[in-house]
Amino acid sequence: MSISVKARLIIIVLAGTAASLAGAEDLRGPETFWSITNQSERSRALFVEAGRVLQHPRCLNCHPVGERPTQGNDGHPHSPPVVRGPDDKGAIGSRCTACHQSANYEASGVPGHPLWHVAPKSMAWQTKSLGQICEQIKDPRRNGGKTLAAIHEHMAHDSLVGWGWMPGGNRDSAPGTQAQLGALIAAWIESGAACPAS
Amino acid sequence: MSITLNINGTRREFEGDPETPLLWVIREDVGLTGTKYGCGIAQCGACTVHVDGQTLRSCSAPVSAVANRQVTTIEGLSSRAAKAVQKAWVDLDVVQCGYCQSGQIMSATALLEKKPQPSDTDIDHAMAGNICRCATYQRIRAAIHAASAQLAG
Repeated sequence: MSISVKARLIIIVLAGTAASLAGAEDLRGPETFWSITNQSERSRALFVEAGRVLQHPRCLNCHPVGERPTQGNDGHPHSPPVVRGPDDKGAIGSRCTACHQSANYEASGVPGHPLWHVAPKSMAWQTKSLGQICEQIKDPRRNGGKTLAAIHEHMAHDSLVGWGWMPGGNRDSAPGTQAQLGALIAAWIESGAACPAS
Repeated sequence: MSITLNINGTRREFEGDPETPLLWVIREDVGLTGTKYGCGIAQCGACTVHVDGQTLRSCSAPVSAVANRQVTTIEGLSSRAAKAVQKAWVDLDVVQCGYCQSGQIMSATALLEKKPQPSDTDIDHAMAGNICRCATYQRIRAAIHAASAQLAG
């Protein structure tokens, strides 16, 4: 094989790899939306892009409606049939930490993180539209009294949120990176934190 | 790597892979075989032990996770709640094949140590992670209530 043919093959392989890495799971950065001159429209577009993370199974599974979390890429009911309990960390005698340790455990396939818990009921996202989630996120009565700056901090730096990009096992990662989500949320807040209609 | 364990009040040193499941260490290294291997993926509860008083599926925890913590297996249960559970289990003849029962007893005891007078809902929630293929669930629930009555008496 000639050097030029080898070089072409290498380029084709590298291009294919880059295309697959930048595929459906990538997130568009805030700069992608600068061309939208209407600020509210740009803000809504930024949130819609961030919504690809917020409505991903890695996030929705831990923002359940009702007592029981879901799991898996298809969001099926958690097995065993555990409940959130009085403090969102499991029932008396059946705490989340009975199975979930401080890190993903490959031997059993059980995911883990030191802060493993579900979001409070007021922060339930399942069954909600992206617009409803957006309004909920901004509402201090439902978001745990958080300011928009605190919301950004949670999205951009909370390590349990960050688990969504390193879920282990056969679980799909959330799109993009946590830093990209943080940049989108920062730009959304900067542009007025407008919410999509639905 | 050496990991200091405390199992049933006895201090031990574990030399080996820190990612080894705690269940393996309890059964193979320490020789306490009352804790059972069921599913290996934290679905059945047969391997339940207590760590610092809370239930833990020992198949789903690396031994490094319990370093310097108090591990209690079925062989080491000795609390007042545990004795009430053991008596109730015998009185009501709860066990059928028995394979899951050490895990059931560990979960029931942990519940009663935290909540001596549990409701049916409390029992359902606390025992949800313990499967019994002989379907002794109704006797388990009755025995927990019986143990609860002993504790109140």
